[in-house]
Amino acid sequence: MAGGAADCSFWERVLAKHCRVYELRNKERISVAAASKLLANMVYGYKGMGLSMGTMICGWDKRGPGLYYVDSDGQRLDGNMFAVGSGATYAYGVLDAGYSYDLPIERALALGQQAIYHATHRDAYSGGNVNLYHMKETGWEHIGWTDVLKLHYQYKNEKK
Amino acid sequence: MAMADIYQNNYMSMAPTERRFEPYAFNGGNILAVAGEDFAIVASDTRLSQGFMIHSRDHPKAVQLSSSTVLAQSGFEGDITTLKKHVKIRIDMYEHNHGKKASTSAIASMISKMLYYKRFFPYYVYNIVAGLDDVGKGCVFSYDPVGSYEREQYRAAGAANELLQPLLDNQIGHKNMEGDFLPLSKEKALQLCIDCFISAAERDITTGDCVFLHVIDKDGIATKEFPLRRD
Repeated sequence: MAGGAADCSFWERVLAKHCRVYELRNKERISVAAASKLLANMVYGYKGMGLSMGTMICGWDKRGPGLYYVDSDGQRLDGNMFAVGSGATYAYGVLDAGYSYDLPIERALALGQQAIYHATHRDAYSGGNVNLYHMKETGWEHIGWTDVLKLHYQYKNEKK
Repeated sequence: MAMADIYQNNYMSMAPTERRFEPYAFNGGNILAVAGEDFAIVASDTRLSQGFMIHSRDHPKAVQLSSSTVLAQSGFEGDITTLKKHVKIRIDMYEHNHGKKASTSAIASMISKMLYYKRFFPYYVYNIVAGLDDVGKGCVFSYDPVGSYEREQYRAAGAANELLQPLLDNQIGHKNMEGDFLPLSKEKALQLCIDCFISAAERDITTGDCVFLHVIDKDGIATKEFPLRRD
């Protein structure tokens, strides 16, 4: 999630609550499409009032893997690849250069990490650490938490 | 008559009169908290000012919320008073409803929500909650005015946060340095807090008069005072 820190953490928590209630009522997990639409409809109710959020909702349901982009304007898109936030343009530059739909998992993870690193390099508002997650059918796996300083020298040595 | 409503009745100028609603003031001061392995320290100065005027030299910015939690606040004193009043009431209600004392993490998450529920007319307050967590470890929670919060090892907020935070990053976080470092002792943390405020009082006009220290550990909460320059 990117944008207003409080907006993101608050509405993510409210969305999590709605998803949990759905699960208790229906004895079944909510779909990615429905979860993302829940968030889009919630923030749309506050349109024009100054909420600032850019989010990606990623998951796995009956339809297989799902990815949606939802922002505080109420826009909701599904797709295979998104980058969100102040450094998104820089991330897209790297992503578009290396992406294909049938990328092996290891390569996809490396590409994602590289895209974020290059975004932190050029965007003043991004930086710190790069988090990597792999969304699987069984749930997400946290792959790594890497300082951008370490990645900087790693990529520098690979270039030689 | 309609003209007199919109324009100031002055034949020398027909410029419109602007009236502004200014709900906020800034009352200065600094707050700081450090968490250790089995303790937490909250430090704050006791000066209350507005612009170049000192309103009080003896106004504590930190308050004890429970036997293991302290809340420090800086920003607009009007909002601080209101928020503090509501937080105390909510903690009393929690204790009556649940028959147990509110943990530091419970208080921390409650304050986040209380701040966010005023998202469209925020409390102009920077909050830091410090104390011991459920397993007795030192903890610090810091906030932005609309309720985004995070657990950290140390945090400075207020008028001179740009002076204090880098000092803590260097002395406690050992940022951008290599090597192994000893865990932070209570004595070192305490002296560091005092030194931070001596430095802040040197350059920031809203900081001064006195530092108030709350030391939270398994034996309870002890308070200490240390004088600062009063100019």
